[in-house]
Amino acid sequence: MENAYVNNNYNDDILIVRNLKKYYPLSKISIGKKRSYVKAVDDVSFSIKRGTTMGLVGESGCGKTTVGRTILRLHDVTDGQVIFDGMDLAKIPPRKLRKLRPQMQMIFQDPYSSLSPRLPIGEIIGEAVKEHNIVPKSEYRSYILKVMHDCGLQPHYYYRYPHEFSGGQRQRISIARAVALKPKFIICDEPLSALDVSIQAQIINLMKDLQEQYGYTYLFISHDLSVVEYLSDTIGVMYLGSMVEMGEKKQIFDNPMHPYTKALLSAVPVSDPDVKMNRIILKGDIPSPVNPPSGCKFRTRCPYATKVCAEVAPKLKEYESGHKVACHLYSQD
Amino acid sequence: MGLLDKWKNIKETEVEPGIDHTMYLTLKEERRISRENSRIIKQFEREKNRKNVPEEEYLTQMRDPNNVVEFDNLHTYFFTDVGTVKSVNGVTFDIPQGKVVGVVGESGCGKSVTSLSLMQLVQAPQGQIVAGSIRYQSRDGKCYEITKMPKDRMLKVRGKEIAMIFQEPMTSLNPVFKIGEQMDEVVLLHEEGATPKAARERSLEMLNLVGIADPQKVYNNYPHELSGGMRQRVMIAMALSCTPRLIIADEPTTALDVTIQAQILELLRDVKNKINGSIMLITHDLGVIAEMADYVVVMYAGRIIEKGTVREIFHNPKHPYTIGLMRSKPSGKTKDNRLYSIKGQVPNPINMPNHCYFYNRCDRAIGICAEEYPEMIQFTDTHSAACHLCRNGGFMDTNSTKEQR
Repeated sequence: MENAYVNNNYNDDILIVRNLKKYYPLSKISIGKKRSYVKAVDDVSFSIKRGTTMGLVGESGCGKTTVGRTILRLHDVTDGQVIFDGMDLAKIPPRKLRKLRPQMQMIFQDPYSSLSPRLPIGEIIGEAVKEHNIVPKSEYRSYILKVMHDCGLQPHYYYRYPHEFSGGQRQRISIARAVALKPKFIICDEPLSALDVSIQAQIINLMKDLQEQYGYTYLFISHDLSVVEYLSDTIGVMYLGSMVEMGEKKQIFDNPMHPYTKALLSAVPVSDPDVKMNRIILKGDIPSPVNPPSGCKFRTRCPYATKVCAEVAPKLKEYESGHKVACHLYSQD
Repeated sequence: MGLLDKWKNIKETEVEPGIDHTMYLTLKEERRISRENSRIIKQFEREKNRKNVPEEEYLTQMRDPNNVVEFDNLHTYFFTDVGTVKSVNGVTFDIPQGKVVGVVGESGCGKSVTSLSLMQLVQAPQGQIVAGSIRYQSRDGKCYEITKMPKDRMLKVRGKEIAMIFQEPMTSLNPVFKIGEQMDEVVLLHEEGATPKAARERSLEMLNLVGIADPQKVYNNYPHELSGGMRQRVMIAMALSCTPRLIIADEPTTALDVTIQAQILELLRDVKNKINGSIMLITHDLGVIAEMADYVVVMYAGRIIEKGTVREIFHNPKHPYTIGLMRSKPSGKTKDNRLYSIKGQVPNPINMPNHCYFYNRCDRAIGICAEEYPEMIQFTDTHSAACHLCRNGGFMDTNSTKEQR
């Protein structure tokens, strides 16, 4: 059973997540009372095809970042499977995981805190390249310069330090750092939210160009629906740790089925003063994940909530090909 | 080979000419600038710290009595050790009574400093209002010149007649005091003869007004017990408690989720009508502006490059930067495979060029753009833009992207 973590029944899906759960215990000591957990991610399943982009949207605190981090095993999985390229990352031993690391990379949200202030740019990008022997030593420098060029960084930035750069340039450096390892799969955790609109467009274009050139697969985590709409092929909408709706971009934006998705889409401000949106304003805030509502988690803010919503948690069911919704408004059988 | 040698090596061989010359100052130069700055700052501070300034000195006349605030050629500079940063460099616009004026621009374009100048909250001593005037019409009909107003007099305006809502509700609420205490303080300070009991009632009323379901409970909570949306509601309640004439909302929804943002915008619109006040809305989100504002001011690198009513700006933008901003926002309607993006970045705020600041990022720049800074050109009574391309009657073909360089 040497290859217990190898799973061969995958086809063109680069990543399959099955029933992923991540619970954080609230207190370390638990004598005589029931342990309570924050259910940050509760039974999430999805898959991403090679060379496509999946967008993951939801409000802050809905667990979308935790999904990303758990996939990369930056946090350990509580339960479930993460099958990357046919290997179950949740069970893989750490030494083998290290070999896989270059294939999956992450771009972080805040370009100001995710770059080491003590290393010059060349080092930042090249550190992991050296560690994993991505290119032979003789080609190392020309390789880094090529990566920098791909990401729109001038070669003379090589010996500069992160504090000398603006937010947009820093995000380019973060992207270069991820790309330098020749990954197959990149998780982008809100890479645009710290940037200005005009710079956002530059970074979006850069990410698209790189995808076209090298065929990366992205998991794009964001709360900005317009960006997700532009970049993604498939979209998953999360609410309080569970997936409430997922499907193709067109299906989600043209025919949102879950009341939460509808509210989310209608809440996006439109840049046209003459368009008056028929807005669904949700009442209240997202409930605490320590004590989620019984049944459907969204029922406390849902305008259509009925009795059954409080009792039974709706299952994620497929209504069109690929379009899955978890809501009692549609027949559950 | 040492690092320096490597750097020299790389510099000689691979640097593309004409791009990015980062300024390095010698210690001697830095010291000279520092000395110069302290001399200038001392002058301004002496002027500010005078005691018993007669009221006539800061009374003035409004250009238009319907305006609450008029910015007139405002210059706010920061005197730093590496040079003078012209944060606000000649800004002129009005805030009419009962209207929402949206100020858009990238970070660092001076939109926040403009509002802070109005509140006399610019980080002194290095930040100083160097020239220009801010006229404010108070409720009793008198007009004040904010730039000349003494500090103690300003205390009576700030928070009472002009209130401000900040971007980060967590950092602007004091974590060691209960919500109630912080709200009462505002009323006790500004309302004459207010008793603690009356202040409490007023606070509860305000919390109720901003749609907090259980005001009694929130009144006794600490800020950390509330969610982001609730904190922002408390901030708005606090700003409203003295029924201000003008609310400055500095990126009020940037830290919030879309669904909460929709709630807060709805609330702002609602309370504006209730107290019949004006709002100066500062944001970088064009969607928020389109939804809320009556008038729009677009700022770039410390100057206004375009202003007009919201329809004029969104349906008929004139300045290439405004057009670029609109086009670079992705949406489902974006058909092209590539998103339009404004190349490059904002120039270094020290040593601003004397030609158009947008010149090196503009894809329609012509010869004259590199020679002088364009003046504001009027299209209609309300709509104007600062661009050389608009000079001949302003009929610029907005769809063509001619590369005339």
